[in-house]
Formats: sequence, structure tokens, C-alpha cells
Amino acid sequence: MDTLTIDNSPAPFPTDTAKAETMSPNHHFDLAATPLREVNSALHGDISGEIVIDNPAGAHAVAAGVNAPVKITVNGHVGYYAAGMNQQAEVVINGNAGTGVAENMMSGTVIVKGNASQSAGATAHGGLLVVEGDAAARCGISMKGVDIVIGGNVGHNSAFMAQAGRLVIRGDAGHGLGDSIYETRIYVRGDVASLGADCIAKPMREEHLEELAGLLKAAGFADDDLSAYTRYGSARELYHFKVDNASAY
Amino acid sequence: MTENLSIEQRGLRESATFDRTTIAAIQRAAETGIYDIRGWGAKRKLPHFDDLLFLGASMSRYPLEGYRERCDTDVWLGTRNAKYPLHLSTPVTIAGMSFGALSAGAKEALGRGASEVGTSTTTGDGGMTPEERGQSKHLVYQYLPSRYGMNPDDLRKADAIEVVLGQGAKPGGGGMLLGQKISERVAAMRTLPEGIDQRSACRHPDWTGPDDLAIKINELREITDWEKPIYVKVGASRTYYDVKLAVHSGADVVVVDGMQGGTAATQEVFIEHVGIPTLAAIPQAVQALQELGVHREVQLIVSGGIRNGADVAKAMALGADAVAIGTAALIALGDNDPRYAKEYEAIGSAAGYYDDFQDGRDPAGISTQDPELSARFDPVLGGKRLANFLRVMTMEAQTIARACGKAHLQHLEPEDLVAISIEAAAMARVPLAGTGWIPGSGL
Repeated sequence: MDTLTIDNSPAPFPTDTAKAETMSPNHHFDLAATPLREVNSALHGDISGEIVIDNPAGAHAVAAGVNAPVKITVNGHVGYYAAGMNQQAEVVINGNAGTGVAENMMSGTVIVKGNASQSAGATAHGGLLVVEGDAAARCGISMKGVDIVIGGNVGHNSAFMAQAGRLVIRGDAGHGLGDSIYETRIYVRGDVASLGADCIAKPMREEHLEELAGLLKAAGFADDDLSAYTRYGSARELYHFKVDNASAY
Repeated sequence: MTENLSIEQRGLRESATFDRTTIAAIQRAAETGIYDIRGWGAKRKLPHFDDLLFLGASMSRYPLEGYRERCDTDVWLGTRNAKYPLHLSTPVTIAGMSFGALSAGAKEALGRGASEVGTSTTTGDGGMTPEERGQSKHLVYQYLPSRYGMNPDDLRKADAIEVVLGQGAKPGGGGMLLGQKISERVAAMRTLPEGIDQRSACRHPDWTGPDDLAIKINELREITDWEKPIYVKVGASRTYYDVKLAVHSGADVVVVDGMQGGTAATQEVFIEHVGIPTLAAIPQAVQALQELGVHREVQLIVSGGIRNGADVAKAMALGADAVAIGTAALIALGDNDPRYAKEYEAIGSAAGYYDDFQDGRDPAGISTQDPELSARFDPVLGGKRLANFLRVMTMEAQTIARACGKAHLQHLEPEDLVAISIEAAAMARVPLAGTGWIPGSGL
């Protein structure tokens, strides 16, 4: 079995976290040389400070299940479920992400510098997911409290059955946005191909402008014109089974 | 004078096609305009374990002495990949039932009863409650399409993880919990508005198909550091293919739930018309495992209509490693107890017939979130009753196994069984009693 590669050289992406934890060692993993199991095992252990993961080469479950206030930088494209179920960690993916990036995240931040595939942020309960490029279908499906900001467009059935949290789409949304949505609030700057069942446009009140501004700022898009956005949410017509709604189910 | 004569004496004839139940269903649909939703599993008559009999030992095989000679009942589950497989004292486990569908006290009682006899219990849609975790020595955590209440902390607290693709009462259907049961606590656990009619998804939100599932299972293993057995649960339908694909996806344990398996709330039409009987599913599952060379290495848990030790022994003789009970466990806790007969009638049902688990008005305090009704249920007493029932089932299965000359329940084999109907013989792939004929085998 390959040995764990730990490199104490300074991380290539210094951040505020690094400044605050200058006494902590930095860890450098090369997935071309170290099995994913060893990397994730180390990330689940006693670890702090900054961690760099090179050569993910589309590996699945990179940095999944981390529960520590660390900064993890992944240099390259990742496969499915990168940063899955993340707690506390700030994860930056310098590449594209496959299906289910940050799925079921509880807290922390996940930033995808490229595009994300399907089901980005699926069922996530908390934290912030930023995809600077586009996200494919089912972005924010069944989201349960996470904040998601997408720099570009999202595919069909995004925010399907979305329960809580906020989804910001700086580009366009595909068909069936917010189908069967519960209490998630969606903000879209571009066009919406179609809204799903029980999802409607809603007025943008002061508190929503404030909320949107805060989300855009947190995601690094503070310069957007807020007036270009439309808010969408639940009409709450499907909250109870009714005969007249039969065709909508 | 006809009023003193019985229906038969008056020569009235009920239609077999349009019987009273059918007439009532049509009338109900015409009145309400919405389909019937209920709990329980399939109520129709199906080929079942009752259609099988054991061939006790005599001259050609010799039996073990009852009460004296050893007949072990333990089972290991999840030995394929997990660092910590489960080792249970009895192969009778408790199936997944949610807090939400059941009261917190009922969930606690399931944990208490299971732990007392050294078996496992299972969470359900809506997450893990502290009551349940606290009282369950071996707790299986269900990973469902809705992911209600799913969080990595509870995942790590679990002893095994069950990825649920479906259940026998509704293969292909999603969860349902009506507003009467979405109390403040249930709503908070599921991140839903209080009192809504919850519809949950039938497909997982971030994977589709066996290739994706393999990646998902790998993620769950990575998150939990390969410690926990991963089960895959399917509702019985295309069982041969589903079990093969579950194994290919990396399942350590496959759970097959036949159409008699219960539900807390599902459309009646779904319960009675989708899926296949448990009896038909087991041989398909075993064949799939045998063809892949993993029978016993990937364990098989069978559920759906398991009621007594004979059913346990028959399921195991057909090749299951363990069974799971749901409806029978609720009955052991006190569901449908005749002492509540008047109250069942007051809500339009009767003791022995009550299946409106979705209504949340259970007089026994089991399938409810109503504080007053829940308070009627004593989790300690319920746990004792369940433990008693589990012991009886285990001893009954042992009795049969000894009679067949087996020193372990897992030594029971299809050769110990015959069928008393052609349908059961064909489904279970055992001979019709008194013949060597297995319909469909070409023999």
C-alpha cells in the first residue's frame, strides 16, 4: 500500500484561515500517489489548517464526510459527491465537479470554480455552495436549508421539492424550476424556461433584496444589479391533498 | 317475514366480482374523488408460507433432541466489506418504520424489545430519534430518497446503513405522511411546514441506476470509514435482476420486502396491485446470489408477512439469512388489540381490521403523534411484549430446525420443504407435497 504523503510546505492558496492558524501544519495529498481512502481517512482524523489535494482526476467522494474547520483546496476535476455531507470545512475545487457536489452538506462552504453536474447541493441542510460556472439538472433538489449560488445557468428540475434555504441563479433556469417546492426561496436573474408545479413568481420585498445582496456578496458577486432578479417560491397550493389538484400531482 | 332469515336463507347471492368490499370502494371513490390511502400491507389472499410444510426427520434423516441438543440462531450481517459487521442473536430483525409514522414511544419500544433479545431495529423516513438510538443496541439507519433528517452525525452513530430503493407495499412509490401526523417535532426533523401532507420522492435525488449506486455506496463507506455494513433494500418486483444489481453496486446485505410488507400510508391500489408475494421473491433473490457466487457472503434479509417461527424457518430454508418484521412487531406492541374494540369502531374500523395508520388516531397509541393517544402506550411494557414475541418466534424456528435435524437455523434448506398448492410449489421452487413435481422446473 502506498504511504501517506504529507508535505509541510506552504499552501499555494493562502487565506484568512491560514493566517489564523499559522501554527498548524499544512497537508498536501497527491491522489496520483495516495489512495483516496487514505486521504479521506486523514481528513476525518486530527487535522487542521490548510490541506491541498492534487490530481483528483475525477475521483469520487473526494473530501467527503469532513467535519473540521479546515480549508481544503482540490486542484483539478472531481467526480461524484465531492465534499459530500461536509461539516465546517471550506472546500475549493479548482475544476469541474461531478454529480452531487456538496450533497447533504450541513455547514461550511464549498466553492466550485468550474461547472457542476447534476444534483449539486442535493438535500443539503446548511452552509454555502457556490458554483461559479453552470450547474446541470436538479441543482438544489430537496435542499433543506443550504444556500446555493450558481454563477451561470441551471438545468431542468432544479430546486425540485426544495424544502428550505436559498437558491440564487445568476443565469437562466431550465424547465420545471421549483417543482413541488416547499419553503425554499429562489432568485433568478435570467430566464426561466418553465416553472414546476406549485412554483410561482413572488414580489421582491426589501427583506428579499437584503437577503439576495448578502448571498451574492458571500459568493463573490457583490456587483450584480439586484433589480434584475426575480424571486420564486411556493404557492403552497399542494400542501394538502385536494381533489381539484389531482392533475398537479 | 324475510327479516328473520339470514342472507343465505333468503337466497341472496353476492357477486364474486363486485363483492361488498368492492362496492364500498366504488362508493367511497364516488363520494370523495380521491383514492384511498391506508396503512398495512396487501390484504388479499396470496400464496404464502402457509402453503409450505416441513418434512420432519424420521428414517432418512434424524432429528435433534428438542431442548437438549444445540440449535444455534445467531447471524452475521455485513461481513463482505464492513469493518464492524453486525452479529445478532436471532435472525428476526425489526424492519424500518419511521418516527412520524409511529410515536416516539413505539419507536423506543421497538428498540427495547430488539435489544433485549440481541437483534437489530431500523429507523425510517424522517431520521433517527435519541429515544430510538438510546434503546437500540444494533440500529440500522435508513438512507431514503427524501433524506428527511439525514445527517452525517447520525450516520456515524448507526451500526449499519440501509439504502432504501423501495418497499414491498409500494415498489416504485415514494413516501407519504399526512398532515395529521406532521407534528411540530416531526416537521422539525423533516424540515417541513407543520401539518402539511408530506409527499416524498420515489427516486434518490443524487443517483439513478446501479452504476451510480455503486458510487453512492462508496461515498457512504468513505464518510463512515468503511466501518458499517451497507444494506440495499428493494421492494419485491423484478427481484432476480434487482438483487444482482444490488450486489454489483456493492451491497453487503440485500433486503427484499414482499408485497405483504406493511406501510404507514400508501394508496390502496398500490398496496394491492404492485409487487410480488414474498414467497415468489425469495427463490429469485437466492438464485441471483448463487449465480454470482455470493450466497451467504452477501446476506439476504426477507420481509413481508413474517408472523411466526414457522415463517422464519421457511424463509431461511429457502435461503434467507435473516428476516425482518414490521406489522407483526406492531401487533406485538399492542396494535389492533381487542381491548380497544369500541374505540376502533368509533373511528369506523374494528380491532383486527384497523389499517388507517395514516390518520394518526390509533387508539393503541402506536401509529400516532397525538400526545394523549401516545401517552397510552408504555414503551417499557411494549418492549417486553416485543421481546417475548421475538423469543417465541426464535424458539418456534428452532423447534422446526431441530425436527429437521439442523444444529443451526441456517442449515435449513429447500429440501426440507414441500408445498401444498401448485402455485406455492412453482413460486417457492419446492415439490408439491407427495410428489417430486416442481412446476416450472421442467422435471
